[in-house]
Amino acid sequence: MTAPAAATPPPIELIGLNKWFGSFHVLKDIDLRVREGERIVVCGPSGSGKSTLIRCINQLEKNQEGTVRIHGRAYGASARENDAIRRDIGMVFQSFNLFPHLTVLENCTFALTWVKQTPKREAEALAMEFLTRVRIPEQARKFPLQLSGGQQQRVAIARALCVRPRIMLFDEPTSSLDPEMINEVLDTMVELAQSGMTMVVVSHEMGFARKVADRVIFMDQGEIVEEAAPEAFFTAPQFDRTRLFLNQILHG
Amino acid sequence: MALMDSTATPGAPARYAAFFNNATVRSVFYQVLTLACVVGLIGYLVANTIENMSQRGMSAGFDFLGVSAGFGIGFALVPYQEGDSYWRVFVVGIANTMLVAVVGIVLATLLGLVVGLARLSSNWVISNVARWYIEILRNTPLLLQIIAWYFGVFTLLPRPRDSLGWFGGFFLNNRGLYMPAPVPGDGFALTLLAVAAGLVGAVLFARRAQAIREATGRIVPTAAPVLGLALGLPLAVFFVTGAPLGWDNPQLRGFNFVGGLNIPPSFCALIIALSIYTSCFIAEIVRAGVQSVSHGQTEAARALGVPPGRTMRSIILPQALRVIIPPLISQYLNLTKNSSLAIAIGFPDLVSVWMHTSLNQSGRAIPIVAMTMGFYCLVSLAVSLLMNQYNRRILIKER
Repeated sequence: MTAPAAATPPPIELIGLNKWFGSFHVLKDIDLRVREGERIVVCGPSGSGKSTLIRCINQLEKNQEGTVRIHGRAYGASARENDAIRRDIGMVFQSFNLFPHLTVLENCTFALTWVKQTPKREAEALAMEFLTRVRIPEQARKFPLQLSGGQQQRVAIARALCVRPRIMLFDEPTSSLDPEMINEVLDTMVELAQSGMTMVVVSHEMGFARKVADRVIFMDQGEIVEEAAPEAFFTAPQFDRTRLFLNQILHG
Repeated sequence: MALMDSTATPGAPARYAAFFNNATVRSVFYQVLTLACVVGLIGYLVANTIENMSQRGMSAGFDFLGVSAGFGIGFALVPYQEGDSYWRVFVVGIANTMLVAVVGIVLATLLGLVVGLARLSSNWVISNVARWYIEILRNTPLLLQIIAWYFGVFTLLPRPRDSLGWFGGFFLNNRGLYMPAPVPGDGFALTLLAVAAGLVGAVLFARRAQAIREATGRIVPTAAPVLGLALGLPLAVFFVTGAPLGWDNPQLRGFNFVGGLNIPPSFCALIIALSIYTSCFIAEIVRAGVQSVSHGQTEAARALGVPPGRTMRSIILPQALRVIIPPLISQYLNLTKNSSLAIAIGFPDLVSVWMHTSLNQSGRAIPIVAMTMGFYCLVSLAVSLLMNQYNRRILIKER
């Protein structure tokens, strides 16, 4: 709180980001700064560029123009440097993307073994710790496809947390889940938010946004249309496009 | 309700109905009936065969196997002379078929891998060349391709005196391919020993590296040391012992070459046609396998900071191989069985020397056909047994 703002660079800084898929302009002049421990929820109609935006943060998608800085370090110097920057960022995907041929435990220890060079016993202990945190330690020896969707997504969260990231990205983490499984994943994310993790979440779960977000960002047609604290965002949106979108998802 | 009433007060007709409606009774009845039909059919066929054979004075015994076959075989992997027995002919046929199968499988796999990956290339020219290679060669009959290579290419080559030659040791003419034959000298056994030692050393090194990684987390680079042990050590021993391997170069004497190794044109044509034809199917299998692993797997690994090489080895390949291996094995079996088309261009494989020449000469159709079928059947069953076990081991567990 008392640390001078200039001394610690922000965890995520996007400056003048532009990206095209062929001739389609997906991201238009995006500027975004995320403070340490800030929780941001990004929403918007499909095709608005919100997934592409957070995929630019860990460079799964490369932006053609602009700069992405993570804790003050910009991507692009070298592949090795990019990998090093990326190690601070964990990501959870809509379709889980667990490794189906490895057990839940092996999924969690994989990056510890091959990236962090952690001894086996230590890696497994750490993995069990995070599996306990997402409340499925008893599934450690099973394979991902033997679990329910909600359980798989919680394993994916544990897997991402194992490498001790300082930033977590969630790309529509509950969109491919059955309704009754959404809450178990959201609860895990709420707990994570309360632990002080910097989070950027692409989601339409407005309850979650109200509960934990510090800022809600609305995107449409590749632009950030509106950003505000959740209360202001939901009760008094400034733009027509935001109002229209909120009407659709809240009353649709 | 009606059914319950009838069992509750069993009259005579109802009791019969209950008896015949009983599932156990019915299944036993149909099984006995089926068994009787099968036994009857086999009995009929055997009796019919014995009757017909005795009328023609033929014998179904295997006593002819010890008799001298008395015909020459143009190409034999195992030593064979004209006076050798029929049993020897059978062995020669199997050896030749296995040689075609093994060489063909190796070449088809390499070619199929390259074409399959080329098919996936983002380069328009490369992927389309691969596509048309596959579409044309997969959709024309194999027999046609074998005959085209043999009569359209290899028999049209120049006479030995006008051979096409490369590096002074390789010659291609209408009698086939001539190349230098290796002649092991004194001390070559040491190199072979070094090969064995190198392989054992490589395995031990890889295990040690894994143990170190599990205990301390340190990743010991294994690729270079393993290659060094498996390849470098034998090479070093080979040169230290004074390179004890001579080469017997083929020499043109009069109208033909002497010395060296001769690979007959029929073998060349058969191998080329079989491996190219099968490579098209393998290419499609490889493509399907790689495409079956979703891009999300690569992204998840990248998001975790895993280097691309490790992602390929531990995430993509193990999943792609699960999809690739079962159909790949059935292509290997197809190639092995398709090699019997060798008879069309006179390559002495099992079907040619055994089912054709030996059968015509000895007239023992039943044992000869049975032995041939037995061989192909045994090979296929052995391979599919291994494959099923492998499959069970690598199966991805689902609910």
